[in-house]
Amino acid sequence: MTSLDKTFFPGEQRDDFTVIGSVTQRADALGHVTGRTAFFEDLTPPGLLHLKMARSQRHHARIAGVDLSDALAVDGVVRILTHADIPNNLYTPLKLIGVEPDDEPILAEDTVRYLGDPICAVVAETEAAAYEAVARIRVTYQDLPAVFDVEEALAEGAPLVNEYQGHNYFTYEGHHCRRLRFGDVDEAFARADHVFEWRYESAPIEHAPTETTGCIVVPQPDGRLRIHSDTQACFFTLDNTALILGTPFNKLRIVGGTVGGGFGGKVDIVVEPVACVAAMLTNRPVKFVYTRYEEMQVSSPRAAERIYIKDAVMNDGRILGRKIILYVDAGAYARHSPYGTTKAAAHMPGPYAIPNVWADCHCVFTNRTPSSAMRGFGVTIADFALESQMDRIARALEMDPLRLRLLNAYRDGDMKAHRKVAEGTALIEVIQKAAAMVGHELPAEFRRMSSAEGR
Amino acid sequence: MASTVVSLRLNGRPAEFLARPGTSLLSSLRDSLGLMAAKRGCAQGGCGTCTVLLDGRPVMSCLVAVETIEGASVRTLEGVAADDGRLDAVQSAFLDGFATQCGFCTAGMIMVAESLLAGNPDPSRDEVVEAISGNVCRCTGYASIIAAILDAARRKREVDVV
Amino acid sequence: MAIRRGRGYAAVNYPTGMNLGGDPSQALIHATTTGTFVVSLSSVDLGQGLKTVVAQCAAEVLGLPYGNILVDTADTDTGPHCMGTFASRGTHRVGNAVIMAATEAREVMLAVAADELEVDAGDLETDGSGFVQVKGAEQKRIHITDLALAAHFKQGRTISGRGIFLKEKNDPVPETGEMDPDSCQAHACTVAVVDVDDETGVVEVVTMYNAYEIGRALNPATVAQQVEGGAWMGMSHALFEATEPYYPARSHGPADFSEYLMPTAADIPEQHSAILERPAESGPFGAKGIGEMTANAPIPAIANAIYDACGVRLTAMPFTPERVLRGLDALTGG
Repeated sequence: MTSLDKTFFPGEQRDDFTVIGSVTQRADALGHVTGRTAFFEDLTPPGLLHLKMARSQRHHARIAGVDLSDALAVDGVVRILTHADIPNNLYTPLKLIGVEPDDEPILAEDTVRYLGDPICAVVAETEAAAYEAVARIRVTYQDLPAVFDVEEALAEGAPLVNEYQGHNYFTYEGHHCRRLRFGDVDEAFARADHVFEWRYESAPIEHAPTETTGCIVVPQPDGRLRIHSDTQACFFTLDNTALILGTPFNKLRIVGGTVGGGFGGKVDIVVEPVACVAAMLTNRPVKFVYTRYEEMQVSSPRAAERIYIKDAVMNDGRILGRKIILYVDAGAYARHSPYGTTKAAAHMPGPYAIPNVWADCHCVFTNRTPSSAMRGFGVTIADFALESQMDRIARALEMDPLRLRLLNAYRDGDMKAHRKVAEGTALIEVIQKAAAMVGHELPAEFRRMSSAEGR
Repeated sequence: MASTVVSLRLNGRPAEFLARPGTSLLSSLRDSLGLMAAKRGCAQGGCGTCTVLLDGRPVMSCLVAVETIEGASVRTLEGVAADDGRLDAVQSAFLDGFATQCGFCTAGMIMVAESLLAGNPDPSRDEVVEAISGNVCRCTGYASIIAAILDAARRKREVDVV
Repeated sequence: MAIRRGRGYAAVNYPTGMNLGGDPSQALIHATTTGTFVVSLSSVDLGQGLKTVVAQCAAEVLGLPYGNILVDTADTDTGPHCMGTFASRGTHRVGNAVIMAATEAREVMLAVAADELEVDAGDLETDGSGFVQVKGAEQKRIHITDLALAAHFKQGRTISGRGIFLKEKNDPVPETGEMDPDSCQAHACTVAVVDVDDETGVVEVVTMYNAYEIGRALNPATVAQQVEGGAWMGMSHALFEATEPYYPARSHGPADFSEYLMPTAADIPEQHSAILERPAESGPFGAKGIGEMTANAPIPAIANAIYDACGVRLTAMPFTPERVLRGLDALTGG
């Protein structure tokens, strides 16, 4: 049951709309209920080839040799791509906006850095032939030491995950982490009645869209490639793919826009480049769609995070200072994690007016599946930590948990830790509303509070 | 092994096509017959997006080898609306109840509901939940789908009374 | 051995949009000969309803029925640039671009009507049903179909408009983290009621209450969809989901839906949600992003409810029966 409550912010409403604010039928729903909505895979171009990936079976290893002879002998195999077939094999998706360095190969060259790192792409007449050939590719590995824990990865002497990065952390303008410095937390801890410090952690989480990541690339009569994709970002995928292919941007055309669930997982550029290379080399349509296993274990998850929060708190519940150390587990390659870590820094210290804030937000490389964007990127796990922390402080002070939040809630005009003045705030009001919904009684002074009135 | 000719009754009409041994009903529908409503979400019977009705019973078509159902009757979402395009009660209830988001699970959900309501015109909420328990939806949180199926049952009963 | 009930709270904010290297989206709009307006985009609908909500924005600005709008997306040959659907940016960026394009098209539409009706364009208004009419003299009017035909075949004008929304690039200051990363903030408070079985460690979410402030609910039905589905995902994250259940160990990784557990239709709680509106100056009709944030507050609310129920403070996600039981054992020295 979801309902609108228009009693809040009465002076800021406008109700002279004709379409906005009305329950309007979804433009796509008729197609959904009749089974006629076209998704990228609902296309069977004649001569379609199937691409399946041979992937690393080690966490971190040198590739001593790749023997394709048995695989090439499988009936129906048309071609097997290796890194030598990819024009610009090394990339990073955010290079479009100037993020460096290129740190991820489309197909592994001499090293694999996580279980599932792509090595060779089999292109075959049928899916069955492609799977059979993948099973017959013989890769010889020389294992390298691997590191899986974010703090161990940053310790002296840890195995280097990604030599293109040079360290097991992403470098932010010369710093080993994204920093947030606001006020003086040490002074706050010295002045506080209580200091609370706790640790929080999460594991990687899968987007689990019902439609897996994939594309179908169809060579066109004019020499261009039409890419039917379930990407969440058409031009972002097009531009990255063109850079990897080393072709003019206008050689590619992306047709998409209808996606069977994304949740952030389909922002990565993981199927289109290699499928385009296969289509160019064979001059035939090529389909590369992730299996459910690949979606679960190889496609980028929501990053695991580890968060330490240390708070300086007064007896009355005011939070004077908050110090945060965040580790974002980027896995073996950067993808979008450098940005997600910055987004996490901007989110600290949560929706509260805390005058002294210090945060070090580390984007850490480990030998696991690279993580990337997911619904609530940079924020979801932080919120788990921040709001668990608030509950623990309330319990420690024997305070009502909602009053503790209301007391510290940010309001219009407050300077946030990243030095942006808050506006359009409404934390107080959603707390007041939630309290009313569950019959949680608040004293009059808390019911009268308003985000719009500065303190 | 050679392909064989498979004959089905598909959405009320005869259909005949060639299939390699072991070809799934899902692949036959999508790749040989051009019926795209049933989706391949996992190809291993874990998500229900490929659900169709086989002789009236819901099956995950990715798990059915098509040569084993020679002569059977298969119904897909394409065969649910009337020939003039009029939606049936389940489709209308999903539409009006905002029970679709990305739409990828919708075909499977509707086919399960068709089967449930054909055998049980007045299901309880628990019976609806049990019926869709093999179907994954990542968008809706299921509440709107359950409500739509219960609403469809009401609509069908009202039509039957008339 | 008992079922123990607890209640937990969480309150959060969530940013709309990002500023990575500048963050633009564009829209083009034009009228067909018979007065349908085609909105051309390259933006992606993931199921959240972007195609619907931007058509609403265009209809509102043009003063035409929703049915007069077609959205053509997402083809990079025919649609202008969009950064993509992420960072809660879709409705905000694309909505603003569509409003700008529709505003330009509306001006031409009124100018064409003014010539047809031989009045001043400033005296015209739309009635929302498909007519442009003279204010105060509503019988003097022209239907959008006749108007579009006149534009094409008589006046030789294109009824069209261009729109772009750009959040300008803003680099963080390396020393302090000073930055301007987003356009506005939405807000949420969740109250979760859980039952903890102290014998099995199983947590059941009984009820979730959510209060959201989202600027403006452009389409209350699709807002409700995000609220309900997002709360479910938050609960799923809280109790079940991990691709590496023994993180940081890589073992026991689930391979499919029989191993990667999520709540089924049988596991969903009762949900009560309220939507508050505090229109954002930068948002399309005041809207902020709602899609992503709905999964966030449920997680700590459930963690806090588990503590309230049985005294176990879970600091690692997900809150599996194993972790609950280990926590209960630690409390009793077991």
